[in-house]
Amino acid sequence: MSSVKQNIKKITKMRLFFPIFCMILVLLINLIKSSAFFKVAVNNGVLYGRLIDIINRGSEIAILAVGQTLVVAVSAGTDISVGSVMSLAACGCCTMLAGYGVNSATSLAMPMIAGMIGGILLGGLCGAFNGVLVANLKIQPMVATLILYTAARAVGLVLCNNQITYIRYEPYKYLGNFIPGVPIPTAIFITAAVIAVITIFLRKTSLGLYIQSVGVNARASNISGINSKLICFVCYLICGLCAGIAGIVASSRIYSADSNNIGLNFELDSILAVALGGNSLAGGKFSMAGSIIGAYTIQAITTTLLAMGVSTDQAPVVKAIIVILIVAIQAPALRAWMEGRAARKLAAEKAAGQAHAGKEAV
Amino acid sequence: MEENVLISMRDITKTFPGVTALDHAELTLRKGEIHALMGENGAGKSTIIKCLTGVYERDAGEISMDGVEGNIFNHSTQDAQKIGIATVYQEVNLCPNLSIAENLFIGREPRKKSGMIDWKTMRRKAQQIMDDLKISVNVSNVLENCSLAIQQMVAIARAVDMNCRLLILDEPTSSLDDNEVAKLFALMRSLKEKGVGILFVTHFLDQVYEVCDRITVMRNGKFVGEYPIADLPRVKLVAAMLGKDLDDLSSIKPEGGKTSGSDVVVEAENLSHKGTIKPFDFKIHKGEVVGLTGLLGSGRSEMVRCIFGADKAQTGTLKMHGKELKANAPIDSIKAGMGFLPDDRKLDGCIGDLSVRENIILALQARQGMFHTLPKSKQNELADKYIDMLQIKTASRETPLKQLSGGNQQKVILARWLCTGPDFLILDEPTRGIDIGTKTEFQKLVLKFASEGMSVVFISSEIEEMLRTCSRMCVMRDGAKVGEIEGDMTQESVMSAIAGGDAK
Repeated sequence: MSSVKQNIKKITKMRLFFPIFCMILVLLINLIKSSAFFKVAVNNGVLYGRLIDIINRGSEIAILAVGQTLVVAVSAGTDISVGSVMSLAACGCCTMLAGYGVNSATSLAMPMIAGMIGGILLGGLCGAFNGVLVANLKIQPMVATLILYTAARAVGLVLCNNQITYIRYEPYKYLGNFIPGVPIPTAIFITAAVIAVITIFLRKTSLGLYIQSVGVNARASNISGINSKLICFVCYLICGLCAGIAGIVASSRIYSADSNNIGLNFELDSILAVALGGNSLAGGKFSMAGSIIGAYTIQAITTTLLAMGVSTDQAPVVKAIIVILIVAIQAPALRAWMEGRAARKLAAEKAAGQAHAGKEAV
Repeated sequence: MEENVLISMRDITKTFPGVTALDHAELTLRKGEIHALMGENGAGKSTIIKCLTGVYERDAGEISMDGVEGNIFNHSTQDAQKIGIATVYQEVNLCPNLSIAENLFIGREPRKKSGMIDWKTMRRKAQQIMDDLKISVNVSNVLENCSLAIQQMVAIARAVDMNCRLLILDEPTSSLDDNEVAKLFALMRSLKEKGVGILFVTHFLDQVYEVCDRITVMRNGKFVGEYPIADLPRVKLVAAMLGKDLDDLSSIKPEGGKTSGSDVVVEAENLSHKGTIKPFDFKIHKGEVVGLTGLLGSGRSEMVRCIFGADKAQTGTLKMHGKELKANAPIDSIKAGMGFLPDDRKLDGCIGDLSVRENIILALQARQGMFHTLPKSKQNELADKYIDMLQIKTASRETPLKQLSGGNQQKVILARWLCTGPDFLILDEPTRGIDIGTKTEFQKLVLKFASEGMSVVFISSEIEEMLRTCSRMCVMRDGAKVGEIEGDMTQESVMSAIAGGDAK
């Protein structure tokens, strides 16, 4: 029995335990509420079901969380511009494809892939801008990214000539929906690809070590031969590129560039994903897997609430309560307190046992 | 309990994952005495203090204090302060971005009737405290702009002002120069007369014999013994700390690093960094150990930072192996074969959250470049090699560096540079805050490296230590290199050179 206990203890000590635990908890609540939750059906040749929906809709947050994790780790700050940059990337992409001032395009002004890459690069440019402000000019991350948080969405609107640009060209919808003949939503592939590329990059190069090292102590890292500024810049650049990709996916879902709504409040969800993943917002050590689990947990909460019929206006309240609970469970202070309580209880039991044994001996 | 006892700690035990830091340790402190707590790195000195002040909670043991009922359990430093226990730690734990006055009164600011902070009174009181302690400083200055020494004094002043009955000084003198140490000692003696018990942790034997009444020695988390100062001559003290009769420390001969050969490894000409160090020339040969000596703030650290490229040189040229080296960032110097153990371990050296292994391989990895990651097996091998070679006390190679004791952290950072196999190694105060046993080890290591052909620049506040290791010394004064001494160096000749006598 004690070995079981020890094993349980070992598992709960693991870094990813709480993020996964919270995720499972949310899913379980869903299961109790409606037994059809895990049902995956095939409709019209594509997969269909609430679970698929969560993974599909969570793609943007997951992609953003990848970049956000690096930014948090390296600079102990957050990039709050990602939502706006998503919108800008989408507007840039659609304008390039439709041509400036065209409201609704049925034929493209340039190859679709070029437009999309252009949009992603626009995101990268924004990331580079943030990177220069934070790494070279040493502006606090929150302030530096506040600039694009306000400006990027507006620039996007200007690019679209103050209107919503529609791309009524069938292949453009593939990214946010389905490629004909493939039953799995395309966004899932894109997310998997982004995660895979970043993970392999972090594993195969020493970038991960450098980022953590700079995040913990930039001065010491510099003296040890790491170009702290460059590493910081690279993280913001990657974050911008991720925002660009997420923007294109979001735009493809509605085959248009809705400057005012694409990526609205996504920066908050992406930061939350990092925190839910058990990462310290004070920088340093990070877990990419944790952030991604965090991203899907948030989406699961959102989807669940909408499915339960909580109105869109009230959903944030319930979401906030759930998030407080999840973050509180992970808080070191609370965990230390609970562990201390368990230890005291054990000691009390032991003492009681001993007293009992003593009595029996008499 | 005997008369006059202020605090008594019995059978204190504390374990950390994989390490028993304290094993039935004891400590008794009487009113109005200055009590030295001695031991090697990792002997448990800091841990027992932290158990007393509530930073750690002990696993077992009793603490009793005069005038306080029962077994004391402090859960935080605030609890300890309430019963009159104040601590000044090894590394200054104040708010660097606040003024001296704010630091003195943080958490207990004088208030007006309206509840607002009474800044005027605060400044006046703060100035009075500092004046009483004869520390001449403007209390409106921001703390981080003050020297480390002043910061230390502020920390002590704060403790003194909080009516403590037990003042714990953990390595307070490591960063003070002689003058300031004398001031501190005067202060300690006057507090002692008022009946305050002072627990003094230091590695400087001289200081112990100068100011203390009693010594408690610890080793490997255990209590070794408590001795009145008169009964414990130095040799016995060192023997008690190390647990063996030390072959006399002076057995290390000052033969280290003859100016072997004519191979010049590093040559600096007219190098300078504006505001910190005036133009200087410097030359070091293969296998030579050169000391930099001077008072605190004389430009010792600034000079080596400039050579290494941590502060970019603004004038002059630097040649390494005869080739000009333009160092825009430390990485250029590292690639050329330099290593630099910085003076401020906490700020410039340690990457606390990363593991011992990651800290050791960091500089080597940086030199290799991001795309040539060292294989994990190689990393483990290197980490194990240096943990073994430098006898780093750590639970495992994956333990976060911040969990190690100060001296062991220093060894890890030394290992970081040894990993890169440098031709030229700069050691800036490598032995600060390190116990005497490890100090001797460090000195032996330096001589060993030199005999293997490494050129070393060695900086230390202890002249004795430099005399033992260096074959030549550069004398620094007021941000400039004022001379060099070579040949027959004695403590007196070096001191007079530093003080501004005729430096040859």
